[in-house]
Amino acid sequence: MAGQRVAVVGVGQTAHRSARKDVSIAGLVREAAQEALDDAGLTYADIDAVVIGKAPDMFEGIAMPELYLADALGAVGKPMMRVHTAGSVGGSTAIVAAKLVAAGVHERVLTVAFEKQSESNATWGLSVPMPFAAPLVAGAGGFFAPLIRAYIHRSGAPRHIGHLVAVKDRLAALRNPKAHLHMADITLQMVEESFLLWDPLRYLDTCPSSDGAMAMVLGSEKVADAAPNPPAWVHGMAMRSEPTMFARRDQVNPQAGKDCAADLYRQAGITDPRRDFDCAEVYVPFSWYEPMWLENLGFCAEGEGWKLTEAGATAPDGDIPWNPSGGVLSSNPIGASGMVRFGEAAQQVRGMAGDFQVDLRTGKALGHAYGGGSQFFSMWVVGSERPE
Amino acid sequence: MRDVAVVSFACSAVAEDPVHNETEMIVPVVHEALTAGGIPKGELGFVCSGSLDYLQGGPFAFVAGLDAVGAWPPLRESHVEMDAAWALYEAWIAIQTGEVDSALVYGFGKSSPGDLHEIMALQTDPYYVLPLWPSMVDMAALQASAYLEASGRTDADLAEVAARSQRAARSNPIAVRSGDVSAADVLAAPVTHAPLRDADIPPITDGAAAIVLAAGDLARDVCERPAWIRGIEHRIEAHGLGLRDLTRSVSTRQAAEAAGALGGADVAELHAQFSHEELILAEALGLDGSVAVNPSGGPLAANPVMSAGLIRIGEVARRITAGEAGRGVAHATSGPCLQQNMVCVLEGGN
Repeated sequence: MAGQRVAVVGVGQTAHRSARKDVSIAGLVREAAQEALDDAGLTYADIDAVVIGKAPDMFEGIAMPELYLADALGAVGKPMMRVHTAGSVGGSTAIVAAKLVAAGVHERVLTVAFEKQSESNATWGLSVPMPFAAPLVAGAGGFFAPLIRAYIHRSGAPRHIGHLVAVKDRLAALRNPKAHLHMADITLQMVEESFLLWDPLRYLDTCPSSDGAMAMVLGSEKVADAAPNPPAWVHGMAMRSEPTMFARRDQVNPQAGKDCAADLYRQAGITDPRRDFDCAEVYVPFSWYEPMWLENLGFCAEGEGWKLTEAGATAPDGDIPWNPSGGVLSSNPIGASGMVRFGEAAQQVRGMAGDFQVDLRTGKALGHAYGGGSQFFSMWVVGSERPE
Repeated sequence: MRDVAVVSFACSAVAEDPVHNETEMIVPVVHEALTAGGIPKGELGFVCSGSLDYLQGGPFAFVAGLDAVGAWPPLRESHVEMDAAWALYEAWIAIQTGEVDSALVYGFGKSSPGDLHEIMALQTDPYYVLPLWPSMVDMAALQASAYLEASGRTDADLAEVAARSQRAARSNPIAVRSGDVSAADVLAAPVTHAPLRDADIPPITDGAAAIVLAAGDLARDVCERPAWIRGIEHRIEAHGLGLRDLTRSVSTRQAAEAAGALGGADVAELHAQFSHEELILAEALGLDGSVAVNPSGGPLAANPVMSAGLIRIGEVARRITAGEAGRGVAHATSGPCLQQNMVCVLEGGN
């Protein structure tokens, strides 16, 4: 990875719920930020800069909310930035914050991502009729369902694979007290019998709408060495974007995702992701995206992802756990979801993931986020050991 | 810190562009900056943009905007929901890490289709201020009143700023408001938002801007006289208008001190959307009469929202590259009444 060493020295997140009516937006982000600062043994006064991210402003109805949140996040008198890269934003925001440290510009950066979906309606927020554009009015699920059907057609995957992911991630979330969904009684049959939204996606194949925030404190090597809790070292980080509409674009297995992973693995020395990672926190908002991203991220050959899922390889007790926190299928504060992935990966390699801690063998974990119509990607690799 | 320079700059602005959508508006500007920058698109290290969804009235304005660049093969790319001056800052950081040596930065926005003054009220605290729906001009007028009262200046001083802007803008090809106007002419027009007149308020503008950044020898290779970024810093203040001293720009001063901007300059381009803001900013930056302030006419002559701050950096760089200035200060702002401010110091030489 280019630049100075960077480490995650504090992680905090809110409990994710369908409506956090007990807090304002400022209260929500502050809840996550305070927990991250406490973890890092720091206060707002110690922070050099604040980087905040969220998905479209229309999800809450506030333009550039970093302005209103400057006070709540202790940014007054400091640099503050606001990142927006669609659903990948939680990851991108963490990367922008990490680069402030990697560049040698700051020692301690607070980064926060949030979404308070209960303030608005994301499906309508995504479906504003625009002049000269075909009206979609389908939300994200309606956009992705045809791509999932194309994946099923290409790979020959049996129809129940998505439902397996839906059950696996909800059962994993039972060990995560901050997850939005706690469905102790979920079964494959229950998913199969939930109503059809966008073929082949049934209601329980989709992520919830959540209010929530995620925060991290990123520090330089000096800060990491003085931190009260174990740091998660950043071993690599990458972002890639490709065009939305483009005849040569493979929307099912996007080149930007492959390029992003290749750049990331090169930085972090990953040659066989299934073996080299202890776990992965990957943005899977619709169940079928687990097998699709298994292939895109090189955990298996193209067309083989569904076989890993079916064999239980990605379960918490499998050889490569994916989303041991319960993932996006169990909590989806959209703009924060990517940072939750990045932060949960960090917690795993710090050995601080609580009841959903995986066994540490290589001490490396992948954090992944994607957005838009699968054209925006952000990823990082974190590790227990200081990078060379 | 690595030496990083602005090696090319392009911008466009019109009062109302009813023909082109945002993507079409960006294409010629990006093309011009890339051509002048001399770095092929395939060799660009990083791309970063700034825009505001609420100007377009839909989510993801930046998504279609990226089509103006043509992100194939896939690019290292990012976006800030801020003026593109902050996209330039993100790109400068990316170059500082050593990961990349060059970047394309662009910003865009069309203010004409909507009601900009009302839309900007959506930046305010959603619980306690937005229900009052204060327009950006209402808030600016409050600041102008506070400033005139505290400084002892009068609306004649505001008129001097407005008139000088329009006269300077006569040589600016993208100016949407310019003319041989005197302060007396400005004062003859009615006050619309006391103490402001129309000439003190920025014109509604559609436009875009792009800058190419390059590091060290690459910058020297592609540009005869690169405009080196010697300091770039930004700071934010409290959001509530009652929580800060509206008569001064504390965050501009903090950023200027950190960026080393107080050592004099030949030229200063300030993201002053209103006449009184120029006076407040000039005081914060310690600019005396020897510094040419907003020789382009500034945002009072053309105010393409979300790129107007980036244009300030570009205007200073353009003068340095042309050999008209040796050292300049560029300023960008975000939020109601100068809540957040960036200061960038640029110099010629090697």
